[in-house]
Parts: sequence; structure tokens; C-alpha cells
Amino acid sequence: MARRVAIVGIGQTPHKSRMPELDAGEMINVAVRAALEDAQLSIREIDQVLLSNMEHFEGNYFVEGMFSDSVGSYLKPGLKTQVMGTTGASMVTTAWYFVASGLFDTVLTVTYQKQHEGQSGPVLQSAAEPSYDRVLTGHSAMYIFASLAQHYMAETGCRPEHAAMVRVKAADNGRRNPFAHLKLELTVEDVLNSRVLVWPLRLLDICPTSAGACALVLASEERVRKITNKPVWIRDHIAVHQEGFTLSVMHYYPDPFPRETTREVASKKLYARNGITDPAKEIDVFEIYEPSTYGELQYMEDLGICGKGEAWKLVEKGATTLEGEVPMNPSGGVLSANAIGDCAMVRVAEAALQVRGDAGEHQIARKVNTAMAHGFGGRGYTTLHLLSKTL
Amino acid sequence: MTERIGIVATVQTKYEESKPRLHPSELLCEVVEEVMSETGLTFTRDGTGLEDSVTCCSDHWDGQIGSSKNAQDVAGGDLRESDNVSTGGANAFFLAVARLLSGSCDTILVTAHCKESQGQVGLIENMGFDPIYHRMLGLDFLSAAALQANRYMHKYAITSEQCAKVVVKNRGNAKNNPFSQAPLDLTVDDVLNSPVLAFPLKVLEVKPVSDGACAMILATESRAKKLTDKPVWVKGIANCYDSYYLGDRDLADCAALTNAAHRAYRMAEITNPRKEIDVVELSEYYSYQELLWLEGLGFCNKGEGGKLIDSGVTGMDRELPVNPSGGLLSGVPTMVDGLSRIAEAALQLKGEGGARQISGARTALAHSVMGVAGQMHFATILEK
Repeated sequence: MARRVAIVGIGQTPHKSRMPELDAGEMINVAVRAALEDAQLSIREIDQVLLSNMEHFEGNYFVEGMFSDSVGSYLKPGLKTQVMGTTGASMVTTAWYFVASGLFDTVLTVTYQKQHEGQSGPVLQSAAEPSYDRVLTGHSAMYIFASLAQHYMAETGCRPEHAAMVRVKAADNGRRNPFAHLKLELTVEDVLNSRVLVWPLRLLDICPTSAGACALVLASEERVRKITNKPVWIRDHIAVHQEGFTLSVMHYYPDPFPRETTREVASKKLYARNGITDPAKEIDVFEIYEPSTYGELQYMEDLGICGKGEAWKLVEKGATTLEGEVPMNPSGGVLSANAIGDCAMVRVAEAALQVRGDAGEHQIARKVNTAMAHGFGGRGYTTLHLLSKTL
Repeated sequence: MTERIGIVATVQTKYEESKPRLHPSELLCEVVEEVMSETGLTFTRDGTGLEDSVTCCSDHWDGQIGSSKNAQDVAGGDLRESDNVSTGGANAFFLAVARLLSGSCDTILVTAHCKESQGQVGLIENMGFDPIYHRMLGLDFLSAAALQANRYMHKYAITSEQCAKVVVKNRGNAKNNPFSQAPLDLTVDDVLNSPVLAFPLKVLEVKPVSDGACAMILATESRAKKLTDKPVWVKGIANCYDSYYLGDRDLADCAALTNAAHRAYRMAEITNPRKEIDVVELSEYYSYQELLWLEGLGFCNKGEGGKLIDSGVTGMDRELPVNPSGGLLSGVPTMVDGLSRIAEAALQLKGEGGARQISGARTALAHSVMGVAGQMHFATILEK
């Protein structure tokens, strides 16, 4: 039987467009020290240290070794998982497995990215299968998200104003979050007047490229009691991946054989396992990995937070703000900070802060007992972490 | 460990210098299909089949960001749990053991694949050096290993002949291994007279470029017993990082390996590895590493690796056979190295080693290494 596992330490660096003042190792160290201080633990009390990013962005190989001194894995066990955008969440899950299995009692898990040290467009293009897709499409993530946005608008009646409202909400929340990268003052008009990148996506519809790091300390139930009186329990988690040899089966383009997305498969299983019938009511706050404004709307629907075609209506009513009935991304989300390797872990970290009531100015209005973090990655990967204050 | 975890089945490809006709996914597909047909397990969604998988591949070696999808496509990752480790196949095995011990699944598929032939080994390894101070020096793992070889040989008076004997032994053992890439009859003089790549390492002392894949199925104790009548049990497992900067370490010692080995021995309740372990499969990317790693694993005292090979005890029919498979020097790709060591050790314990079988093997050690001059080590103890 699995041991119970809780998050007992949370650390982040502020996210920025560029971070030339810190090299990657120093940046990682800032997040690690913050998480250890939060947990009131020294590195000596950590049994295992995990470090990951998406290596191609900075062009480094075996980074978990390269930054062993910065992350604190010297003479300690560890390893690295790497699964595109969900890497950050996978690193939380991996820490969970090592604690739940009884192999280790305390695990420090860390993710980071310095996107400004590489060229994100060409790097993401290398995700395309080299023999067939890469030569045919020359696609990058932007084209995929634009295609999805067009579909979403055609199917649901959503208009660009609604996407702009998602952006304004993200900016309002991001300004309150000390770790967010973008702290913009925006109106719906500002978003609608920003330049088109790939129609219908405008500059302000899409996430930025950022530098930053995030670290979490996970501990077994026996250790948790000694470390903190504010543990955040990982009640359940799920990762669902999707076959993705060519583009048509990835739901990136109109699919001749439509089937459920990984978000639908994962969320249905997770809710069923935990007796959740109405996630919007039973889960107090959501941190979802929204690569674009339209993405937030579509993912809300796929995750069963609202019905199909309903998300933009909720946004229009203001239901997704900090004071609303279904607060979405109080941190400002990926639209406010996107250090891609750490993004999915930041979702878990921010959801955990909400559960603890320690989110400061971006703490949502209502009391939080349960939160859900969602991770998204290329090739249709979905991760979900269900966090709660009590077991 | 709270429960016994068993290795149910293992499959390797034949390792080859290049497999140009196979896409990485196709390469992996070969071993996945075979390991599944061996156990009769399939990918189902009702809990009766393979429930989980941990793959191992590297974005650098696959030349693709998100290379995990090359593996998960064929490892049953579609619409169910799976993960991908990029710290080598042995560590994918470690995560799989943790996933089983957590009670989340009863069976799990572990895979590793790599086509070294598709990349530029030196360029990729150069990206393993920090970009500010070391990368522009042009270092790769070979030149770093040469520094380590010099330091080790100087500190403990290890001779070139002793290093060459490792090559002669392993390439000779490879003749008994049908998966081996490059079995060869050699003499010590052949090795010593081969061209120098990075002093003191000669071409025959360096692992050749290799393509291949390995897959295995692990299960909890009760499932393992149902799936096979010859399960191999994981008794101890550990890994450990050393410091990154070469100048921060004494390259003639391997503190991380000693640390990992001690923890694995403690889990497996092994107090005298030399007596209690019957066969060793270890990852020697370069000749001298077999001697140095055997010291780190506690099979002899520091600096005595040379004497160990001179005494011949690491030969096939002696007390401590090391790399009966032929080891990495006979050709196994990085990323796959550790998982293939585990597969070979498991074959020995099942008594299915064929011509390379060590008679009466009951306890085996499998080892893997990653990074510059052996920065990260892995060790597992397996038992019949």
C-alpha cells in the first residue's frame, strides 16, 4: 500500500524574460534554498534530489549531473524524468512514487528553464517527428494552438473578446503574484489591438518565454507531522499520455477519427476515483496549464469544470476571477510566466499555496480545502494533481 | 524494501554499429513485442494487462525534443499512465521499482533505446560540459575519461597492460553472447598497439558506437510468481551523484559508486560482496573503468583493481566473473547500458545465459554509470 505523501516545502524564483544575472545553477539554487527554508529543513535532511528541465532549450546534456552542486544532489540519489511540457508535473509524481514506495522519506524535486538561452521556435519544431512531420509542416506550437482556437470559436460561438477577457484576468492575477513574469495592466481593447501572430492568436493571447525555477519538498506521513503543521496532501494524481506519431491523431488538426482527449480521459478517471461528481463545486481552485487564452477555455471544458461551449460564458460573467465561483489560475497562469520546464510544477506549487492559504495577494476569496493542478505537454500529455488540506 | 519486486522477462536486440533501417520507435517495437509475447501480457485498459510503463530515451540522442513519445508510442503509453526517464535505463528500472512498491500497479514495462549512430557522440557529450567554463575547451566524455585514466593509473600505479587485459577478457567473453556487437579474439599487445584516441586510451579501450534496445517486465511478488516460474528478485537498489566539476573530485576514486553500493548492499543484507555476489555486470565505457568500478563496489581495496585483473578472478570460470556478456567494450549504447546490464544479470540468475552462463549463480550485481568521468552511479543486487 502506498504511504501518504504531502508537500511540505515550496520554493520559486521570480520568473523573468531574461535572467543574465544568474546562471542556471545559481537560479536553481535560489529555488532550492527557498523550498528548504519553507520546509525548515537543511539539505542534509533530504534523502533524494531530483532535477529536470527540457534539455534542448538551453542545449545542455545530462543537466541533473551538470547542476548537482547547485541543486544539492552531491552524494545523494536522484534521477531525471523528461516528458515535454508535463516534465514539471512528472517530477512531482516521481517524487511521490519514491516517497509512497517507502524508498525515501524526504524528496526534493526541482525543475527550471532559461528559455532566453535558446531559440524556442526551432527547439519546439524539433518535437515534430523527423522523417515525416518535420519536413512537411515546419510547424511550431503557435500554429497548433491557433488551429485549436479556430476550432473552438467555430464550435462554441466564443469570440476574440472572450479570449481577451481571459488575458485581462491573467494579467490582473499576475500583478499580484511576486513570482510571475508579466505584470501588465491590460484592457480587453489592448489585447484585441495587439498584433496578430497566427490568426486568431495575437501577441497577448499567447504565453511568454521565461526564465525561472521551482522546487518542492515532499515527505512521508510520519515525517510530515514533524516538519510542518500545514502539509498539503497529494490526494491523488494521474498522468495520461497519448500516442502521437503523426499530427492527425494528436487533435492538433481536424481529426477524421475523433476520440476523447487525454484531458477528458484523465479527469474522468481522477474524479471517479475520488468520488467527485461536480468538480467546479467540489474543487475550490484550479491551476491549469494554459499555453494560450483559448487554451484555458478549452481545457476548462475538457476537464469537466463546465459543459462544452460554456467556458467563455463563465469568463464573461467573471466567474473565473479570484472572487468568482470557479477561480482559474489565481497565479496568473502560464500566460503570466512560462519557464517551460518548470511550468507544470509551478501549477502544483501554486495550487499548494492556495491550499495552505499562503498565496498572499493572489489568495482566492473563498476558503480552500481542495485544489487541482493540471499539466499540459506536447503530443497530448495530461497530468493532474489533486491536493487537499486534510487527508 | 517492503515487498519483493520480480523481474519477469527481459529482451534485448542484437547490438550493432548502426541500424539504419529502423526508426527509434521500430527499434524499440522489436523488443517490446517480444517481451510481451514471452509473458502473454498485452496492453489492456481493464487492469488485466500491462498497467504502466517507464521508458528511457534522450532528446539529444534521438535528436528530438520530447523524444519520450518515440518510446511511449510503442510502450503502451496511449491513454494511460507512463513516464520517461532520461538518466539511463537503469534509473528507469529504479523508478519502475518505486512505482510497483507504491502499490499503484502490479506489472510494469521498462524500456531503453538509443541509436548512437544517428548522433555525433563527441558533440553530444560536449554539451554535457558547463557552457561557461568548460564547453569551449572541446572536452567530451572520452577526453575527460583520459584525464581520469591518467590520474587513476598514476595514483595507484595501474599499468596499461592491466587495462588492456580488461579489453581482452570482455571482447573474448562477447564471443559467447549472441546479442553482442563486436566479439573479438585479442591479445594484450593488440590492444596496446591500437591507435591512441586520447592518451592513454587507445581505440580498443573505448566502447564502440552502438545501436540497440532493451525491454523488461517487472511485477509485484504475487504477480511475478504467476507470470514466470523463474522470477529474479530485486534485493537492493541505489544510485548516487558525485560532484560535477572534475577538479572537485579525485578522479582516481569514485565516492558516488561506493555510496550507492553501500546502500544497495545494506538493503540486500550483503556484508561481504566478494563472497556473496556470484556474478557482476558493470558499465565500463573505457577499459580502466572496470578496474576502478570494482574498487568502488568494494570487491577489492582502493588501488588494487590492477592486481585483481592480474589474478584472473574476474574471468569466466573463476570466483568473481565480471561482464560475462562482454560488457560495454563489446558494444552497447549509452541509455541502454544499465538496463542491458540488469537483463544480462537476470539471464545468469535464471540459468539462461547459454554459452556465457556462470554455473550456480544465485546473486548478481548490475551497475550503470552516467555523466562525465563516472559522475553518477547505479547499483542493484538481484537474487534467484
